[in-house]
Formats: sequence, C-alpha cells, structure tokens
Amino acid sequence: MTLSAAEHGFLSPTGVEIAFLLVGLVTFGAALVTVTTRQLVHAALWLVVTLGGLAVEYLLLTAEFIAWVQVLIYVGSVVVLLLFGLMLTKAPIGRSPDADSGNRWAALTVAVAAAAALVWVVVDAFRTTWVDLDGPASGSTAVTGASLFQNWVLPFEALSVLLLAALVGAIVLSRKAKAESSSPPVNSRAVTGGSPSVPDSRNHPIGGQAPAGQSKSAVQQSPAEQEGAR
Amino acid sequence: MNGALDVALRLLVVFVVFLTFPLIVGQTEHKVMAHMQGRLGPMYAGGFHGWAQLVADGVKFAQKEDVVPAGADRRVFQLAPAVALLPYLVVLLAIPIGPGEGAVGQVLDAGIFFVLAVMGVGVLGSLMAGWASANKFSLLGGLRTAAQLLAYELPMLLAAASVAMAAGTVSLPGILDAFHWWWLPWQIVGAVVFFVAGLAELQRPPFDMPVADSEIIFGAYTEYTGLRFALFLLAEYAGIIVLCGLTTVLFLGGWHGPWGADGLGWVWTLLKTAVLAFVVIWLRVTYPRLREDQLQKLSWTLLVPLSLAQIALTGIVKVVIQ
Repeated sequence: MTLSAAEHGFLSPTGVEIAFLLVGLVTFGAALVTVTTRQLVHAALWLVVTLGGLAVEYLLLTAEFIAWVQVLIYVGSVVVLLLFGLMLTKAPIGRSPDADSGNRWAALTVAVAAAAALVWVVVDAFRTTWVDLDGPASGSTAVTGASLFQNWVLPFEALSVLLLAALVGAIVLSRKAKAESSSPPVNSRAVTGGSPSVPDSRNHPIGGQAPAGQSKSAVQQSPAEQEGAR
Repeated sequence: MNGALDVALRLLVVFVVFLTFPLIVGQTEHKVMAHMQGRLGPMYAGGFHGWAQLVADGVKFAQKEDVVPAGADRRVFQLAPAVALLPYLVVLLAIPIGPGEGAVGQVLDAGIFFVLAVMGVGVLGSLMAGWASANKFSLLGGLRTAAQLLAYELPMLLAAASVAMAAGTVSLPGILDAFHWWWLPWQIVGAVVFFVAGLAELQRPPFDMPVADSEIIFGAYTEYTGLRFALFLLAEYAGIIVLCGLTTVLFLGGWHGPWGADGLGWVWTLLKTAVLAFVVIWLRVTYPRLREDQLQKLSWTLLVPLSLAQIALTGIVKVVIQ
C-alpha cells in the first residue's frame, strides 16, 4: 500500500486521479450550494449529492465497504430523517426569506479554519502514502474489518459507548417531555413574565383550580412573548 | 474489446430483466387478484387471457398529458420518478442468479451493504414527490413514507446482518457459496423479518399507508400523470422483484436446490423468486391495511426484537459449531 512518493508525480495524473479530482470538485460545489441555497428542501437534496460524491471518492480509493455504508447511513437514513423533520415543521416551496443567519461571517471563518486545519493535518500525515489501485483492494471489507478490530479496537469501543449514551439520553429526554405534557398544562414563561395573577398549579395545588378564562389568557399571551424573546 | 463486450452484454441482460420482469409480476397480479376475488381480470387485450393488458396500459400512460402543477417545485417534481426507479435497476446488477461469476451482473465485495444502501435511496424519490407536489395529500404521503422507512430500515439491516454473520462474508455470491440447507430453519425468523420489512419499505399492502388511496388519494403520487406516474408504478414492481430476489439469495439459498444443480441453478433462483412474488400478491389480496400507529408498533415492538433475537441465535450457533 505504501510506496515512496518518488515513484509518483503530481504532473502526470492517471485517469483515476483525474476522476477523483473532478468528483471532488462536484462534491465541493454541491456542499457550497447546500449551505448557500435559500430553499430548505433543496439544501437537503444537495446534501444528498454531496454525500453521494463522498461515497464515490471512497470507491475510487478502493474503500468499497466504507462507500456503501456512507450511502446507507447518510443518504438512506440521515437525509431521510432531515427531510422528515423539514416536512413536519416548515418546508415551503420556493425561497424562505428567513433561512439566513446573521452569523454568516463567523460561520465562514470557522469553516475555513476547520478546513485549513484538516487539510494541513491530512496532507502532513499522508503525503507519502499512496493507495495501490492495481493490486488487491486495500480498502475491502476484510481489510477494513481486520484493521478496525485489531489496531483500532479502543476507539471503536469508545465510540460505541458514546453512541449508546446518546441513545439512552434521547430516550430519557423523550420520556421526560412526555411526562411533562401529560401533567396539567402550565406555561411557566407566561406566568413569570406576563400575568403574575395566574398561579403555578404545581407549586400551589389549590391555586391550580384557577378560572379557565385566566389560564386561557396566559396561553394566548405566550406566542407574542416568544416572538418578543427572539 | 472482449472485456467491453462482456460488460455490455451483462448490462443488456440486466436491463432486459429490469424491463420485462416487473411487467410479468404486474400481469400475474392482475390475474391472481382476479381469481382470488372470484372474477376473471383482463380478458380482451391481446386475445389469450388478456396477456397484452399491461402493454395497452403502457401505451395509455404514454399518451396521457404530462402535467406539472403550477404551484409545484418543477425540477424536483420531474426528477422524483427517476430517483425512485433507477436504484432498483442498479440493485439488480448485484443479485446473483446462478453459481459462478458468469451469473451475476457485477461481483461486489460488500454486496449486502450495496443493495440495502441503494434500495434506501429509492425512497428519496417518494419523499421528493411528496414535497414537490405542493399538495397536502402528497405531503402526508411523503411524511408517512419517511416514518415508515425509518422504522423498517433497522429490522431489515439487522436481519441481513444475521445472514452475513452466519456466512462470514457480506458478498452475495459468497453467502450463497457458504449456504447449507439447515440454514433455512436456522435463519427462518430473520427471513420473515427481512421479507416483512422489505414489504413495508416498498409500501406494498398491508403496509400501504403512505399511498392509502381511500384516505390520502395516492399519497406522494397524487399529482402525477402519464409516464411519470407509470414510472412510479414500475418502481413498485421492480421493487417486488428486487425484494423477492434478495430474500431468495440471502435466506432461501438462491441457486441451491434439491436436484439439478449443474447448469440449472438459475431456474431455482427464478422459481423461488416467483413463489415469493406470488406471496406478495397474495398478501395484498388477503390483508387489510395496517393503521399508521400499528405500522410503527409492529416494527419497533415485534420486528426489531425478533431480529435482535435472530442475531443472538446466529452468534450462539456460530460459536458452537466452530
């Protein structure tokens, strides 16, 4: 797998190298459109192109297993989840004028800094490493599995624990939200901010039997307050 | 030159299979449904038992006007049928129908992951159609499609992982090479889970809540007409072929059969696939549609635990026989 860089030059690229570069450009362009487009669902669909392009790059580096897992997890599940969320909340046809953030320059700075750091580290680490495309695939399932479970077991297990913690956390959070919604509806923000006359039923069990009109007014108040809070 | 010819020939065969087999399944569905419901089905087109009915349907679809709603997102709307259909064509490339390298479009190192990943992409077509139609029924259909995919992708993957564990490889021809007849009872739970989850991913009855025609017209496909609608239908039938072929290859031994192993392996594959396709049609005629909450409950409380139990069983047996 590792040959000396002297045998390879950057001046006479092979077909695979050219393809790699072109796919990389397409992927980069799709990623740019993803973050700049004002149409939310289009952004998600451009994300599909970006992730698919990454999968093709893996394929060109003979890492077939990684490529298909990339498609399976990211295109098949994460983007579907993203689209599901968009459809559930707000996904107008056409542009969303409010789909822009005031943090544009800060985001750009962070993105460029992160990209520069990553490119620097990767180039520094792998400058003399070449993938032999003609021999047996160096990224096949067997090779990937062997290296994952021989050399990289500890990071693998640590990541598994991290994912398990996230999973448990998600379940706990969703159950907590369910328990809260099943208790009598009290808008604490409306209580503290707007009308102090409406008592909090949890702290004052007797006061919980407040007239319906009062609590209704508190609920009606809340959207306006939330707008104000933004 | 010889290599290029070989590749071209393989692609051509896969393409022809892709164009004809879904039609055969469609025609079979017409007839089987009709007979199960005590009627004749199409009888006139083409003369003999209405064999040309689907050709006539195709001509009808091609003649219809291709309408894009004024409020729709034009490009996404028009792209969606292709996104729904093409993945199944690509998946067919990886399904081996006989022993050896000559009987599969392309030998893939990580075949299981490839087919499941690409099948998942097909669902994006329904989501795009549901959103881009600018129609409430379509959006509801798209939402249900997404929820269904998220629920059923997991048991399907776990069931496939069980077979991969048993065979010690994720390549489809490799799994067939490692197959023994006693895998059938060993992996039967995984097979049922895989088949049921696949049906749900295809949105076939009884899992057709996303296209429930009596409630939300036709779900994500409500606004489609003409050829684009026909492409969605074709995607459904191509999906049946792919699902039945995959179940055959992963769980039923593919080209293995009790006799006639030499040169006739592909007959076994086709036979098993056809029987499974018949079961798919049978289920459509027999079972009422599951409600949305029943769909989710079936997946999370029955299929996921069953597939996990199957993986545990596979692991135990695998350790014991080594």
